[in-house]
Amino acid sequence: MRPDEISAAIRAKFPQVKEEAGTNYIIVPKESILEVSEYIKNPPLSFDNLHCITGIDRKEKIEVIYTLYSIGEHYGVTIKINLTSEDLNIASVSAIWKSANWLEREVYDLFGVIFSGHPDLRRILNPYDWQGYPLRKDYSNPQLIAKPRL
Amino acid sequence: MDATQTKDIYTEEFLINMGPQHPSTHGVLSLELTLDGETIVECTPHIGYLHRSMEKIAENRTYTQFIPFTDRLDYVASMNNNLGYVMVVEKLLKLEISERAKYIRVIIAELNRIASHLIAIGTFAQDLGAFATPLFYCFREREKIVEIFDQLCGNRLTYNYMRIGGVLTDFSRDIEEKIKKFIKYMRPKVDDYDWLLTYNAIFLARSKHIGVLSKEMAVNYSITGPNLRASGVKWDLRKDEPYLAYDKFEFDVPVGKNGDAWDRYKVRIEEIRQSLRIIEQAIEALPQGDVAVKVGRIHKPSPSETYFRTENPRGELGFYIVSDDSVYPYRLKIRSPSFSNLAVLPELVRGLKVADIVCVLGSFDILMGEIDR
Repeated sequence: MRPDEISAAIRAKFPQVKEEAGTNYIIVPKESILEVSEYIKNPPLSFDNLHCITGIDRKEKIEVIYTLYSIGEHYGVTIKINLTSEDLNIASVSAIWKSANWLEREVYDLFGVIFSGHPDLRRILNPYDWQGYPLRKDYSNPQLIAKPRL
Repeated sequence: MDATQTKDIYTEEFLINMGPQHPSTHGVLSLELTLDGETIVECTPHIGYLHRSMEKIAENRTYTQFIPFTDRLDYVASMNNNLGYVMVVEKLLKLEISERAKYIRVIIAELNRIASHLIAIGTFAQDLGAFATPLFYCFREREKIVEIFDQLCGNRLTYNYMRIGGVLTDFSRDIEEKIKKFIKYMRPKVDDYDWLLTYNAIFLARSKHIGVLSKEMAVNYSITGPNLRASGVKWDLRKDEPYLAYDKFEFDVPVGKNGDAWDRYKVRIEEIRQSLRIIEQAIEALPQGDVAVKVGRIHKPSPSETYFRTENPRGELGFYIVSDDSVYPYRLKIRSPSFSNLAVLPELVRGLKVADIVCVLGSFDILMGEIDR
């Protein structure tokens, strides 16, 4: 299946799902992440491999990005969820894909996104008593080295 | 002691810390072990001792300036890390590189894969108690590769050789000869490892049926690289999503049967043989031409985002890169293979003995530099 066919198949099943303009990334409302995940994990789409979860701080919102692949079918899909900075709660998918456990902990550690239903939501890279979320754009620390002058 | 007495014997569970300073944890990894006698009840890894905030640094450096930082991710396979990073930037810039540069990149990446697997095999054997000899043998072979890299770019560990648009220096005739000589030298050495180590009775007893990772579990935990293939999944990006010139070479993808520690070791031995095959074909068919496209040092891609992954010695290294209207990346996510590979460890070691945890960890060939980033 080509990326546009995968996107169309998911959008046919879930009308609330949108496609990002110019790409084949799928934008899922944060309420439907669990049901969309359940659906794409199983056949016919069978995305059995949650490869990567990451966040991007866009200042007005935080994007959470899931990169998924299907080992058997040789295709992939990228799912995006937009979170406003007031409400950073999102359902954890660690019950569906085990790899989500550590990947979600990392996003929590660096961006402060709360994954509800996660079995063990602790910081992972930073010390457990660290203050703040380092990869947010408004994070400041006196030890940060400024951008080089060009 | 009769049966009625043994009922009352009760052992208390206790907690020990393995690492962060421990010779067998391959870096600064701390494992919190709950033990019942010598049996592991629970294992909790604590990582982050080597966290250098690479992703934050990337946001404060230009695209070219970040290349040397990628050397420090997986520092025994620096070339492969350089390669993954420059390729994602090239994908972002829609830059096409010359054929010769592609071939040189393939040769260099495969040489570094051999060097990395040699360290994996040597340290794994050392962890199992084959003291010093296999490690010294492996380092003797690795030295030849390091010498080639030293002559090529002047560094022995952190190479900083790949460039956006090509590579730093061209192969001299001397280096081509050295690589050809190395292939001839290396082939019988791999056979040596087979009769020294692979089918050694003590080695088999220590590593067979230990830490069995099933196919479904490996995919569900997003295990990649040799560890995934050892579980019987035939998945290699060089074959399944070919990049550079990998589709032009003939090579096999070795897979294991049981997914135990021995299979993970055996897949690496076979991969060394396959890498030698790839290098041999590439050096014979090395095309003429430039090794680098003339692009400036400052890149300013239009706002977009992309993801690219390459097959590293330890698994799939992915970069998710986001650009805005500046000369710095807006966000760079490094998806490192060892991070996901380590996450499965607590599941595998439950119920094993303390001595086996060293075997399982060694067979996974993790590297803290890319886990903690």
